[in-house]
Amino acid sequence: MEIALAIGLGGLFGIMLERIGATDPNWIGRMLNLTNTHLMKTIFVAIGTASILMFGGQMLGVVEVGHMSVKAIHVGVLLGGAILGIGWAISGYCPGTGVCAAATGRLDALFFVAGGLIGAGAYALSYPFWEEIGFLNGEKWTIGEIPGASYPAALPDLPITGDMVGIGIGIAFILIAILLPRRLVGKAAPVTDAKAEPAE
Amino acid sequence: MVLNWKIGGPLLGIVFFLAVLLVKPIGVSTQFVVIDGVLWERNAPGLITQGPDGGWTSTYPYFAKYAKDIANPVNYSVIFVAAMMGGALLSAVAFGRIPLRERFSPALWSANFRTGWIGRWVLSFLGGVIVLYGARMAGGCTSGHMMSGMMQTAVSGYLFAFGAFLTAFPTARMLLKKEA
Repeated sequence: MEIALAIGLGGLFGIMLERIGATDPNWIGRMLNLTNTHLMKTIFVAIGTASILMFGGQMLGVVEVGHMSVKAIHVGVLLGGAILGIGWAISGYCPGTGVCAAATGRLDALFFVAGGLIGAGAYALSYPFWEEIGFLNGEKWTIGEIPGASYPAALPDLPITGDMVGIGIGIAFILIAILLPRRLVGKAAPVTDAKAEPAE
Repeated sequence: MVLNWKIGGPLLGIVFFLAVLLVKPIGVSTQFVVIDGVLWERNAPGLITQGPDGGWTSTYPYFAKYAKDIANPVNYSVIFVAAMMGGALLSAVAFGRIPLRERFSPALWSANFRTGWIGRWVLSFLGGVIVLYGARMAGGCTSGHMMSGMMQTAVSGYLFAFGAFLTAFPTARMLLKKEA
């Protein structure tokens, strides 16, 4: 059963990553050099939609709170994120989109995946160092206190529950996507502008 | 042609929601460690060892965390990544037309670098090393931290996104000046 779910959910995720352009380094590059925010809008809406559905479902009791999995916050999250950001901009791939792009026949993505295996291996060997200097210790904070979950709240005294915080942020993310300008730098060149917004 | 954000966004969001509803939040970068372990174990057995209680461990602390998955790689998370690849391939065959030139080097990189496709492959490889090193240090990647984390109001997800965009925007602004 679990394997069937892995195939179904993984397959859907792969299809969606390809369909929104996330497996195309050009779209990632245009997002990161701020010349076309289309992919950023897609991501904001996706996070917002998922958040509203999940927290809404938890409030109604139809989504198992135990399925949540919150990661710990520590210095390594910020430093690792900053390291990842450099490689992301250099290559135009992140781990998930890289393997999917390789599957779609992008040859450069095969090299990204090979490099990724080296990078992950290098981290595995250097892990004791980061552990030792205390960069990996931290709590699994959520913003508000989520009913039914045991995660500590970063803001425990909020007048609303963590579920409501999640729904509020979800709505805010969708509003940001709507309000975000098509490009954040430079003047819109007519040629790029014509294909800035794919047809519906 | 990619889906408009007004359609692609909600659909992608539904996939992330379904993953949490049915199993657990989506994450990818851990599987790079598991595949590393499987490859290592295949070429030089002894990375992981089975204890008297049947549990798997390793003398390398990081691989020890994933020793069970390395011993039995046919599990949910690995199949999930394999299925992602299958889904992306199907989608590309059905909807996408990736020109041959694009498969060697994406247009935006061809416009900004004079090094040809070999240079692009080198950059892509280096990018992969950096991305996965950072992702493992952070404990997750764009899927696990940014998407799954932020949708759960995990503070770590926001810190990760801040760190990633803090370097990704300036790096891309410097390297990708020409538009394509």
